[in-house]
Amino acid sequence: MSAPSPYTLHHPKWYRHRVSVFWWLQKRSYTLFVLRELTSVFVALFAALTLWQIRSVAAGEEAYARFVARLGTPAFTVFHVVALAFLLFHSITWFNLAPKAMVVRVRGKRVPDVVVAGSNYVAWLVLSAAVAFILLGR
Amino acid sequence: MARPVTPLLWLLFSAGGTVAALLFPVHALLFGLAFPLGWLEPPAHEALVGLLRQPLTRLYLLVFICLPLFHWAHRFRYTLYDGLQLKHLFGLVAALCYGTALVLSAVAAYVLWGLS
Repeated sequence: MSAPSPYTLHHPKWYRHRVSVFWWLQKRSYTLFVLRELTSVFVALFAALTLWQIRSVAAGEEAYARFVARLGTPAFTVFHVVALAFLLFHSITWFNLAPKAMVVRVRGKRVPDVVVAGSNYVAWLVLSAAVAFILLGR
Repeated sequence: MARPVTPLLWLLFSAGGTVAALLFPVHALLFGLAFPLGWLEPPAHEALVGLLRQPLTRLYLLVFICLPLFHWAHRFRYTLYDGLQLKHLFGLVAALCYGTALVLSAVAAYVLWGLS
């Protein structure tokens, strides 16, 4: 008789459906979902770029002129066109989701979704105009 | 991530998303395209320095930079989990995302503080 085989822990192998890393390319709505989530990358890049811009303004007139010249290069123009498209996609999807994320009630009655989203769009317009007014008025 | 910080991270995600949605497009359009490409007359360096000297502008820029960074950290973290199926790297992804947002926020605070 051979020595009894040592006891080994048995773990059942469950069936797991393998999902491709590119699952989000298989359906339009999935692709739009991932693109919407990826708008955050352009949000971060633009925040970092603004920080760089502040630093160059603080570094003096010459440094700022160099920064502006760099932004005028084709590579940065292409970047800004793509970034602006993603940023607008973020704004629109964000405002449209606002009524679902936040249910507003006035005197016990739910404020219609159109009003909640609409007020976001109005705020967007007003703030954009204010920023443009401050920057262009100088 | 420990449980108690989850609502805070969600709050930062939500606040940063709102700030970015409301303010980023106009900044990107003006500073990224309209000024460098000569569509509109850009503000002079002196004018920008004058703006930066005001504490309100610096507070505005601090909010403008920091909150959207945390918005990115939170959203990108879950995009990596789901999109690239990186659930097994839970801790590493979270540390990288929130760490980047923290470091850049600290740099922003330092730079803006130094302007006064």
